[in-house]
Amino acid sequence: MGLGSYCFKKSLWVFHFGGASCNNCDIEILDCLTPRYDIERFGMQLVGTIRHADVLLVSGSINRKCRDRLLELYNQAPKPLLVVAFGACGCTGGIFAEGNTFAGPVDKIIPVDAYIPGCPPKPEAILAGIVKLLNK
Amino acid sequence: MIKELFYFLIFPGMIFSVVVGGVLSWSDRKITARVQFRKGPPFLQPFYDLGKLFYKETILPRHGARLTFLAAPVFALFSATLANVFILLPSVFPGSGFSGDLIVVFYLLTIPSLTYLLGALASGNPLGALGASREMKLIISYELAFILALTAIVIKSGMSLSISDIIAAQQEGGVFAGSLSGVLLFVVILFVTQAKLALVPFDMSEAETEIAHGVFIEYSGSAYALIKMARYVMLFALPALMVTLLLGGFGMEGISILWSVLKLVLIILLITLIRNTNPRLRIDQAMKFFFLWMNLLAVAAIVLSLINI
Ligand code: SF4
Repeated sequence: MGLGSYCFKKSLWVFHFGGASCNNCDIEILDCLTPRYDIERFGMQLVGTIRHADVLLVSGSINRKCRDRLLELYNQAPKPLLVVAFGACGCTGGIFAEGNTFAGPVDKIIPVDAYIPGCPPKPEAILAGIVKLLNK
Repeated sequence: MIKELFYFLIFPGMIFSVVVGGVLSWSDRKITARVQFRKGPPFLQPFYDLGKLFYKETILPRHGARLTFLAAPVFALFSATLANVFILLPSVFPGSGFSGDLIVVFYLLTIPSLTYLLGALASGNPLGALGASREMKLIISYELAFILALTAIVIKSGMSLSISDIIAAQQEGGVFAGSLSGVLLFVVILFVTQAKLALVPFDMSEAETEIAHGVFIEYSGSAYALIKMARYVMLFALPALMVTLLLGGFGMEGISILWSVLKLVLIILLITLIRNTNPRLRIDQAMKFFFLWMNLLAVAAIVLSLINI
């Protein structure tokens, strides 16, 4: 493993894309920044622009409006980029899978590196997903 | 020639300042984490960030001035490093420097903010332009207070424009921060430092929750790594300037090295605590703060130092 990819794993900056989420997943993501879970221990940060991102975290169901935006964000991001499908909605579509505007799940649109299931996933599950991502 | 290159590139220039600045940035993040009862990042985190950014792809804007966009971070890093060399050399080698290097340092410390602004405008991103306009207003508001404070320091040192004379004056007559006007100057320069480093409460030009990193919005990969390095160097250079001008400079032999480190850490601690206990100001509030209060304090300090208090 080269120095560059070693540093890459030590300093993942996360960009959060909320699709048509019910907002519960988003709150659980913010939970990871709190003192109890503190993902800054692993060098992770939430960033505000896709140009700085190393991880594209997609939560919520992807409908026809979000799909183009998600694709565009993926193309705008500097590679290498990891994509994480977050929550039941991101992984499979969850309770929205049969809706008439549904255009997902995420892995039909862009390649996905890790899935974190749950509705919403607990912070412990998020940390477990992060550990899996780091050991990949 | 070889000697100057060594000063610029290795000690006390680029490599030394980036390493020290990285460590200071780690301590800034660690103190922030402790204030919020978190554990905080590992010690090497700033260097992991740099390594990762150099490893990543650099994206150029399609509609925009690409050359300016790429040149801006290089100029930021070089001028910040040069300023740091001029600030540190008189402490490391007593008597070095030249008459007027205080003014040169003043200009060099402005260039990084200016280049961020130019890079943001060259990227053609509307949020970047918004950040650039805020950065411009911020520069206009703090520079006057900064030059007034430097004027007061020049008066206190007996009308000398050279940093090594200012250090010598403090070694004879006690540190400047020990007098009433010195305390006022300390406050003024501390807030100017905060604004120059774009830390909360003066981070409206990059406000990541509001305009998505503003001036840095389009930067990625190596170009952003250069900006990070320039910011690490600035995080070292500005507190070092405060130590040099107000707290008697850095001693370089024996136990005084410990004192130098403590002075630096004290200022970083103050900056970090201000940043953690304040909300972000609006740009008009920040301009009012500098134009009214900081200029008032600086002028008061000039008057007090003219009558030697
Ligand atoms: S996975 Fe569940 S909690 Fe998350 S956005 Fe979908 S419905 Fe909401």
